[in-house]
Amino acid sequence: MSVRIYVPGDSAALSVGAEQVASAIAREARQRSLDIQLTRNGSRGLFWLEPLVEVETAQGRLAYGPIEPGDVVSLFDAGFVSGGAHPKAFGRIENIPYLANQQRMIFARCGVTDPLSIEDYRWHGGLKGLARALEIGPRPTIEEVLASGLRGRGGAGFPTGIKWRTVAGVEADQKYIVCNADEGDSGTFADRMLMEGDPFTLIEGMTIAALAVGATKGFVYIRSEYPHAFRMFEAAIEKARKAAVLGPRILGSNHAFDIEARLGAGAYICGEETSLLESLEGRRGQVRAKPPLPAIQGLFGKPTVINNVLSFASTPWILQHGGKAYAEYGMGRSRGTQPFQLAGNVRYGGLVELALGATIRRLVEDFGGGTKSGRKLRAVQVGGPLGSYFPDSLLDTPLDYEAMLAAKGMLGHGGIVVFDDSVDLARQARFAFEFCAKESCGKCTPCRIGSTRGVETVDKIIAGVNHGANLELLRDLCAVLTDGSLCALGGLTPMPVISALDNFSEDFALRAAPIAAE
Amino acid sequence: MKGCAPWDAEAAARIIEEHRGRQGAALPILRALQECFGYVDKAAVPMIADALNVSKAEIHGIITFYHDFRAAPVDGDVLKLCRAESCQAMGCEDLVAHLAAEHRIVADQHSPGATLRVETVYCLGNCALSPAALLNGDPVGRLNRSRIDSIVHDASGGA
Ligand SMILES: Cc1cc2nc3c(=O)[nH]c(=O)nc-3n(C[C@H](O)[C@H](O)[C@H](O)COP(=O)(O)O)c2cc1C
Ligand code: SF4
Ligand code: FES
Repeated sequence: MSVRIYVPGDSAALSVGAEQVASAIAREARQRSLDIQLTRNGSRGLFWLEPLVEVETAQGRLAYGPIEPGDVVSLFDAGFVSGGAHPKAFGRIENIPYLANQQRMIFARCGVTDPLSIEDYRWHGGLKGLARALEIGPRPTIEEVLASGLRGRGGAGFPTGIKWRTVAGVEADQKYIVCNADEGDSGTFADRMLMEGDPFTLIEGMTIAALAVGATKGFVYIRSEYPHAFRMFEAAIEKARKAAVLGPRILGSNHAFDIEARLGAGAYICGEETSLLESLEGRRGQVRAKPPLPAIQGLFGKPTVINNVLSFASTPWILQHGGKAYAEYGMGRSRGTQPFQLAGNVRYGGLVELALGATIRRLVEDFGGGTKSGRKLRAVQVGGPLGSYFPDSLLDTPLDYEAMLAAKGMLGHGGIVVFDDSVDLARQARFAFEFCAKESCGKCTPCRIGSTRGVETVDKIIAGVNHGANLELLRDLCAVLTDGSLCALGGLTPMPVISALDNFSEDFALRAAPIAAE
Repeated sequence: MKGCAPWDAEAAARIIEEHRGRQGAALPILRALQECFGYVDKAAVPMIADALNVSKAEIHGIITFYHDFRAAPVDGDVLKLCRAESCQAMGCEDLVAHLAAEHRIVADQHSPGATLRVETVYCLGNCALSPAALLNGDPVGRLNRSRIDSIVHDASGGA
């Protein structure tokens, strides 16, 4: 009987040699005349174990990792195809605490299935949410999403159900569903993993949204830094059409919906929803003033639902199990689960899906195992490049929208980046301005010019030029950016800067003898 | 970049024709041109403007707005090196310094004679395996000095 072996085709796994491992396994099996079936699954998100090889045995799916091509012969020698012992064996994958201690809803299938097999998808519970949406109709579908308490996972945390209800309530000859897959925040990769590892979940979620609001066409805007995700997602769309999950008769109904994937062109600002729409319409990605809201006048002037990948991907579960069941997870006004992304200088980096409300410390210490360098942890940036830097004393802050706000931070898209004690927070503050200067769309003066002034001012502080006055100027500049920016790129660039100043003031102290004049 | 065709107005016209009917066609056209030639030749600007019935200034404005579009072809390999926070935490700036000191390759600059061009990008979604890069579009993770050395070595044809 043929043995099923899994080697991820996820681009992160590929970046550390998964392709070479897969070929080595195929070659070795041929040489030993072993009948194997090699499946290229998504990643489980245990990146510290990648390339992670799994084999299906009588004891379940057993994990071996991280596997290098040079390990493959020894794996076969150890009889891993029937679960043989090996120094890199981790036993049943589901029992690895890193995975066992998660609450996987959105990512339940990622890494389990063949990402491009509709049969596999169905077998693992896929399409049940969509079937239910078809059965109950638009209004009750929106009710379920409202009841779930789901809030947008792209960063702003706006209730998804309210957005859908608004679009549903507008009369129009054409409406659009747009998926924001620009995932520009550093330290985040959940959207990418899902598009590569379980793309049908996103397709199903977008289709549910389309039915709910009466849209017939959808776009997925994928950043160009994700060429592999783009190819995978395009292939998934093709499969979905063949299986009538997309097309003129969704699951045999009278409803039509189709999706087109579009590639960005390298611009962080195109993750901002109105800039993204401009870009999709074929222009420079300059931010539009709101109102009008995209829900009323969005893509090509038509009512448009624009949501993040994870927001859409949460809705199949919600429809399948009910909004109430979803709302049982989480805390306060932050309901459901968030796929957190653990990155930077951390021992066990990866994707950790948990109910909202887990503390930063739980992520960084219990899952992450501290710094990778083994040095002392000094700072954790939460929520991407516009998020705050937290010191150890604030790591017990729960990861929920309100608690993060109260701690002068934000959850963003759920990225958590760990730094050891070699980090210099003045340099990180400088980088925040530099990034803003490079990525500004140019519409507002504080963002366009103020960011460059910010870089210069931090440079002076580091050099000790007019130290006290420049520290004051830095705070003033931040206030101008916060108040005078049209969107959150300019408006939130002060967040990492101020958090660095407040929590790590020693990094901004005079280093050399003071220099009075410029 | 390796494997790109030299600029050819007729081929460009075919590409533009193929995509002009799409909604918001400007980006798909520019992407397809760059895919084919490795850059967007300035001769393409009036052609696109014409096909989409917009001004040349508008097309020029689009090309310069997005970081991806190149004005000139690159020969040799392209390493898009992530220099965002997670990769900073894992030493990407040391790699940038190493490239400059050891290999005289300065990020985002034309280095005469170099067969590898290094471009700064911010996040490749591979942050759990930082420092990360894309080498001619293929992902590389857990970068360190010695892997950088072998990338430079391979780019020069292993000579
Ligand atoms: C500068 C900036 C960058 C953003 N980048 C992204 C992004 O990469 N992905 C995303 O989903 N949302 C991003 N957003 C948020 C979007 O504007 C918008 O709120 C989101 O797409 C709405 O979807 P959601 O409600 O499902 O989160 C960004 C916002 C700003 C201001
Ligand atoms: S804050 Fe910056 S990025 Fe946002 S609209 Fe203004 S100039 Fe553009
Ligand atoms: S920050 Fe470098 S890959 Fe994400």
